[in-house]
Amino acid sequence: MKKTYINGLGCISAQKTFDTIFLEEAELNEDDIILPLKAPVYKDFIPPVAIRRMAKGVKNGIVASTLALRVAHLETVDAIITGTGMGCIEDSEKFLKAILDNDEQFLTPTSFIQSTHNTVGGQIALGLQCKAYNLTYVNGSVSFESALFDAKMKIEEGEASSILVGGIDETSDYTMSLFKLAGFIKEENQGPYSVLEATTNGVVFGEGATFFALENEAKENTIAEILDLEILNKLDVSEVEDKIISFLALNNFELKDVDAVVLGYNGDVDSDSYYKNLSNTTFVNTPQVYYKHLSGEYDTASAFGLWVGSKIIQTQNIPDIVKLNALDKPAYKTILLYNQRNGNDHSFTLISSC
Amino acid sequence: MYKGVAITGMGIISSIGNSVEENYNALLNSQIGITTIENIATVHADVIKVGEIKKTNQELIEELQLGEDNNFSRTAMLGTIAAKQAVKNAGITLINEYRTGLISATSVGGMDMTERYYHEYFDNPEVVKYISSHNAGDNTDKIASELGLKGMVTTISTACSSAANAIMLGARLIKSGKLDRVIVGGTDALSKFTINGFKTLMILSEDYNKPFDNERTGLNLGEAAAYLVLESDELVKKENKKVLARVSGYGNANDAFHQTASSENGDGAFLAMEKAFKIAQLQPEQIDYINVHGTATPNNDLSEGRAIVRLFGENKVPDFSSTKPFTGHTLAAAAAIEAVYSVLAIQNNVVFPNLNFKTPMEEFSLVPQTTLKHATIEHVLSNSFGFGGNCSTLIFSKSE
Repeated sequence: MKKTYINGLGCISAQKTFDTIFLEEAELNEDDIILPLKAPVYKDFIPPVAIRRMAKGVKNGIVASTLALRVAHLETVDAIITGTGMGCIEDSEKFLKAILDNDEQFLTPTSFIQSTHNTVGGQIALGLQCKAYNLTYVNGSVSFESALFDAKMKIEEGEASSILVGGIDETSDYTMSLFKLAGFIKEENQGPYSVLEATTNGVVFGEGATFFALENEAKENTIAEILDLEILNKLDVSEVEDKIISFLALNNFELKDVDAVVLGYNGDVDSDSYYKNLSNTTFVNTPQVYYKHLSGEYDTASAFGLWVGSKIIQTQNIPDIVKLNALDKPAYKTILLYNQRNGNDHSFTLISSC
Repeated sequence: MYKGVAITGMGIISSIGNSVEENYNALLNSQIGITTIENIATVHADVIKVGEIKKTNQELIEELQLGEDNNFSRTAMLGTIAAKQAVKNAGITLINEYRTGLISATSVGGMDMTERYYHEYFDNPEVVKYISSHNAGDNTDKIASELGLKGMVTTISTACSSAANAIMLGARLIKSGKLDRVIVGGTDALSKFTINGFKTLMILSEDYNKPFDNERTGLNLGEAAAYLVLESDELVKKENKKVLARVSGYGNANDAFHQTASSENGDGAFLAMEKAFKIAQLQPEQIDYINVHGTATPNNDLSEGRAIVRLFGENKVPDFSSTKPFTGHTLAAAAAIEAVYSVLAIQNNVVFPNLNFKTPMEEFSLVPQTTLKHATIEHVLSNSFGFGGNCSTLIFSKSE
């Protein structure tokens, strides 16, 4: 059975994650409740005429996927698989608002067209003229992992030798105001919003586009190998440790073999209870990493998490800004990632150096 | 020949019936579900026709016995009804007894509630509960909870081909041994959002849709949900399950032509069908019936027809029909309800009629089957295509 290697990365996020090595220019922002992404220079990647028509998520998806392909030295791929929680919500909002405010009249189709969840995947295919397998997953916090799971399965089936897989989500004004109203986002003017010392519900929100170029063979530029992935819709806090142990066992690993664990802490006191026990007992002797204080929380923030995990393996270094504890390892070979949100949509991802 | 993944249960709710039996009887008796819209207040009510399920949200809530504080979108309620039927039909009593997954498809998710309360959210605390229902994944999570399912749950959204991809993923999960059984399908409720979206694209018909007719004027939107239960052969044997039919082939390709339009020669459709034949290890001449995507838009039927001609040969095309004159185009649920119809065609050896057809298209000599036809049906091919160039084909086969 063919193995799955990460041979290219591209990341657009609230941090400077392009034209850098690994978060050396990262800035911790604990004052805002929404972290906008650092926009790349789009015209370096997309013709200016096209830029104006494109949704934010589409532009960032194209840039991130282009970067990933470049790093992997790939021109095209055998599959394009994306994950997005909400799709291009700015356009959804624009179209819905026009319907409601103009009594269903005088509408134009552009924002409707861009509002479908598979717009980014479709636009990447269009740009690459790639007629291969194309799929979009939309399941909350496992949207990206579903795409990654499919990609790995495609490689195992021998149906693809190279695959673009990515997670894309964008913020938009009205949806963010609804999320504040519903309490999903923290209340304004209550900062600093420290992810680790949180005592309230709600999160600091973010947006981003993170792409991976996967291939079925290790090359000179290989960054990491994806060993395994598991997706589960519901778990109780008390079940997580056993799940991790059995997931590791399936891959002939034990807890002590994990060189670093990347956890999805998002600053919601209830949601984070899923990680606390792991931090304090299960992985108390393991270097621990968190990242949503840099990216913000969003449905595909875990793709940023995988970017962090991959970079740790590539650079053999954990930057201080993502360290949860003071532990170090001489080498980072095997890394476990665990993410969930409010007890739903759990994912375990195991990666290693080659 | 690859025998395919076993289908052991089906459930469906559409504008032509609230169960598999009701849908089958409507198909046999040419009872269409296209009517004037009643459940959504829209300025287009007098001009459009839709495949609407004639149950109010309140009736659906009562049917599902949901509490007063529930925040189910209509999409989630329709999905739950169909998924529960499928699980019951497969004779499953302990849902978590084996490694069981749920792969659902939707395009609008909870849009029906979002558009209803969009401006009311800030004034009425009682409706704030619906903010979280918008997310597509929330709808699938609700279906999983109602089934009591704990396992691999995910959602696919590739516009109008979504459910075909859910069925394909499910079949791959069983084939690779990653799951023992999986519930696959899709759900979409009608919404002002999609009605107006398709209207601005000028592909909504004011008449009854007539697929593959030279005078076709566009599609009628519909709402529906349908799910299949797929199980591994080991489980089928162990539990002595009745196999309704099998998913023998699947293919997915991208047209890479235009964000919403299909290419004139149907490249994506051609590639999807070609891949499905490869997986099924079947030849085109072995197909007894094609349940075409056949939305009745000028663009789709031309593109799909050209792809079919390329693949089968203009004079060798098997009986084909679109069932969308019955149900309307139910978007992300379309491939799921049409999977149920494909299985019914196999089980009962029948080709369902392509209603409303009069004049062959001038571009080719394809003529759909316009009346109910009884014939031996071993293999059915079903197409589904969506915005974003997403093209998918499934092949269903009789179980030995």
